[in-house]
Amino acid sequence: MKNKKELAIALFFTLNGALAILILTGIFYLLLSNSFYAWRDVGFWRFLTGLEWRPAGFSHSLYGIRTLIVGTLMVTAGSMIIAVPLGIGCAAYLAEVASPIEREIIKPVVEVLAAVPSVVLGFFGIVVLSPLLAKVFNLPNGLNALNGSILLALMSLPTIISIAEDALAAVPREYKEASLALGANRVQTLRHVLLPAAGSGVTAAVMLGVGRAIGETMTVIMATGNALKSPTGYFSSVRTLTATIAIELGEVPYNTTHYYALFAIGFVLFTMTFAVSLLADIFLHRASEVGKR
Amino acid sequence: MNSTENNTIMKTKKDGKFGFSFDNQVIVFALLRTSMIIVVMSIAYLMYDIISKGIGAVSWEFITSMPRKGMTEGGIWPAVLGTVYVTMITALASVPVGVFAAIYLNEYASKNVFTRIIRLSIRNLAGVPSIVYGMFGVALFVQALALGSSVLSAGLTLGLLTLPVTITASEEALKTVPISYREGALALGATRWQAIRTNVLPSAVPGIITGMILGVSRAAGETAPILFTGAAFYLPRLPGSLSSKFMALPYHLFIMSTQHHSIDKVRPLAYGTALVLIALVVAMNLTAILLRIHYRKKLRG
Repeated sequence: MKNKKELAIALFFTLNGALAILILTGIFYLLLSNSFYAWRDVGFWRFLTGLEWRPAGFSHSLYGIRTLIVGTLMVTAGSMIIAVPLGIGCAAYLAEVASPIEREIIKPVVEVLAAVPSVVLGFFGIVVLSPLLAKVFNLPNGLNALNGSILLALMSLPTIISIAEDALAAVPREYKEASLALGANRVQTLRHVLLPAAGSGVTAAVMLGVGRAIGETMTVIMATGNALKSPTGYFSSVRTLTATIAIELGEVPYNTTHYYALFAIGFVLFTMTFAVSLLADIFLHRASEVGKR
Repeated sequence: MNSTENNTIMKTKKDGKFGFSFDNQVIVFALLRTSMIIVVMSIAYLMYDIISKGIGAVSWEFITSMPRKGMTEGGIWPAVLGTVYVTMITALASVPVGVFAAIYLNEYASKNVFTRIIRLSIRNLAGVPSIVYGMFGVALFVQALALGSSVLSAGLTLGLLTLPVTITASEEALKTVPISYREGALALGATRWQAIRTNVLPSAVPGIITGMILGVSRAAGETAPILFTGAAFYLPRLPGSLSSKFMALPYHLFIMSTQHHSIDKVRPLAYGTALVLIALVVAMNLTAILLRIHYRKKLRG
């Protein structure tokens, strides 16, 4: 009797654990099944590579997401160009240069940034960054890909800093001591020993930052201007995949081609972030192996 | 090769192009310090701007009164209350499941493929974009389960979103409980569940609460998942039941800064809303951090 009760309890907890698998497959199934209707109506390649997204076209509607994919990739790449050097620089500073007092001050400050809601960052983009960019670069307005990139960089910095710093701290002390004993100075040790040894962890940190940037919605919707034209550079207004869903899902009637097409965009997003998460996972796994050696 | 030779080789390789060596300690440390200063200053400026311009709008009356005249005057009370309601539902939905799943992972799971798939799923769920959770919420809660666009649907959607956070934090909490606690109970003849219930869970509670607060604070600041699952542009009255729509602080800020008919006029109110939202979220995070520090000391002492 007692054994049966124990078994039942174990089964109950197991089921709760399995729920994570169920939710992930549920999201996958729901996005994919709705996407099929969109691809049936639009055509898979025309959906993926079509230049124009015109869901409420006068004579006929167009559902091509190439411009949207370009928008997402642009702001993501832009944010990483800013955040990767800054983030790794900051992590290296915290791990190797900063005094204990500096660390005590900097780490909570970065943690505060991690807690700032994305909608507040978007608001900052509208009220501070946009006028600033307009003035500096002499633009009619500063709601463009650059603005979005800067905000997304701010957003992914805490993730990059904390994980890259963990990776640097996890490098066995012997590595550093051996390098210093051979006469290398602290910078040489950092560049030629610590960073390569922490490479996997640092790469994972960047991957997680990329994932956050691709999936972020509110910041880009508020800061990038959301124009549907093909962007010509970082001063162009761009529309991302996430912003398109957020702008249009509220107004679209359920179970129309437009509705399904938005789910198909969701599926594309899901696939992108899933791939990035898996990559991050592989690198994190490698990083933990380095720590064990 | 001795170290001097080694250094010369490194130098000849890196010198020249930039006119200085990237192995130069002074220059590189200065660069690292610059990157740190840029990051800290940006954060400081962000906070300074919101606080200095928001503080004028925020008063007890601003927080506790209804919006008036098409939201060009008055306060944010329904948005505050809506955020409180929806995060309460979020906590109720995600904490029990999160803790149970963590108990499985830390106490029962053996190292097999099934457990690895669960862990992989949790990590991937953490990376799913919030807007995708919003779509899932629309399709599952609003439509399939016919809960409609409501505070319940939004709370459940946010519950799914915070589940990875709650599971991970709870597992961390369970991990800090020493193995001897379990062994002691088992040696006295307790079953596995009795050991968990009487010895492990009580010591893990502070850690679990910390994780819960962190998860909920993230939910409180999220906008994308509630856009279509229940958040309302404006409501003349407070949400009365689980099936009513609701106003929320983050969505209110979004509207006040992008959708309102006279955006410039309501800018101070938007600043006020931003400040209240940041204060709420940061306060929750601080509580969690302080709790963590407090109990860590206790556990050691």
